[in-house]
Amino acid sequence: MVEFALPKNSKITGGKTWPKPVGATDVREFRVYRWNPDDGKNPSVDTYYVDTNDCGPMVLDGLIWIKNHIDPSLTFRRSCREGVCGSCAMNIDGQNTLACTRSMHDVKDGAVKINPLPHQPVVKDLVPDLTNFYAQYASVEPWLKTTSPTPQKEWRQSHEDREKLDGLYECILCACCSTSCPSYWWNSDRYLGPAALLQANRWVSDSRDEATGERLDNLEDPFRLYRCHTIMNCAKACPKGLNPAEAIAELKLKMVERQV
Amino acid sequence: MSATDTPKRSMRTPLGRVRNLGAAHSGTSDFWRQRITGVAMTLLMIPVIVIVMMLLGRNQAGAAQILGSLPIAVILLLFIFASAWHMKIGMQVVIEDYIHNEKLKLVSIMLNNFFSIAVALASTYAILKLSSGV
Repeated sequence: MVEFALPKNSKITGGKTWPKPVGATDVREFRVYRWNPDDGKNPSVDTYYVDTNDCGPMVLDGLIWIKNHIDPSLTFRRSCREGVCGSCAMNIDGQNTLACTRSMHDVKDGAVKINPLPHQPVVKDLVPDLTNFYAQYASVEPWLKTTSPTPQKEWRQSHEDREKLDGLYECILCACCSTSCPSYWWNSDRYLGPAALLQANRWVSDSRDEATGERLDNLEDPFRLYRCHTIMNCAKACPKGLNPAEAIAELKLKMVERQV
Repeated sequence: MSATDTPKRSMRTPLGRVRNLGAAHSGTSDFWRQRITGVAMTLLMIPVIVIVMMLLGRNQAGAAQILGSLPIAVILLLFIFASAWHMKIGMQVVIEDYIHNEKLKLVSIMLNNFFSIAVALASTYAILKLSSGV
């Protein structure tokens, strides 16, 4: 059966409360999930106090401030710090989002609570192991597939056909959507998840691609595609404002279209 | 979940694990039938409620008289057919979602099929018996 409780070694225990920064007038409490694969202990939640007058306004700024000023062992991914790379995806105050685009002032009710993306193996602290997620993306073969001779210049596409890719191509593969989906939590070994399916629809919808049927064949499966029950957490979580649930519905519609 | 309890450690590549046995090339029929039966039940709901209200407080002879009407019997049979099919598909989805033990899953799906067919046949028999006045 599905496990609704955390495994014994993943249960969160009490963590360390770090002292408030000396001389700071405005501080914000951060409660951050910690887990170290090397010490054999259960995960914990550490409490930090960030001097908001000494760092930027985003949650990522707060984490970087903690790493620089309080605890250099705090581990998280980050790169572009402007919502383009998707590296700093994490669960902030119960919502999967990007730490670089979520202002700490938008988090109401006291402490900023930060956990890694849900239901993924943790590498360390806020770093999830996304190996399966990336393999699922690779499985939809996200590249142009053609059999016609390659034109001397580019593969041409009308403006109307190009517009069909809007809302699909912008995905940055941060995994906020897939890891917010209960269906993905229960069946991520077989269900491709919202992100991979949105990308699949991006290539199925591409007028230049000549492998549409083959792509749909590859998706037509009770688990790969039809585990989506339109829960819509994916659309709520997407930090880029995309709607993976709609993309999945379009795939289902195309499946029916070629049968009925 | 922490890294130490990653399920099923194996040396297979991640892409090999994702591709696994390949696509089943099925699922669309069930998806489509679930929509068809859902729409059918929505359309049949009001007539069925009216028929049930007509049946309230009547004895067997009175019920047999009402069900003796062809349109009424057909509406009830259609409703039973649609709802049993819808129930079977819906329950199978729940089983596939939550039961991860392969043997238990297969047995549950089998029992679900048996149960749905039994409910549909028993209900059909009851309606036919009453409507034919036997």
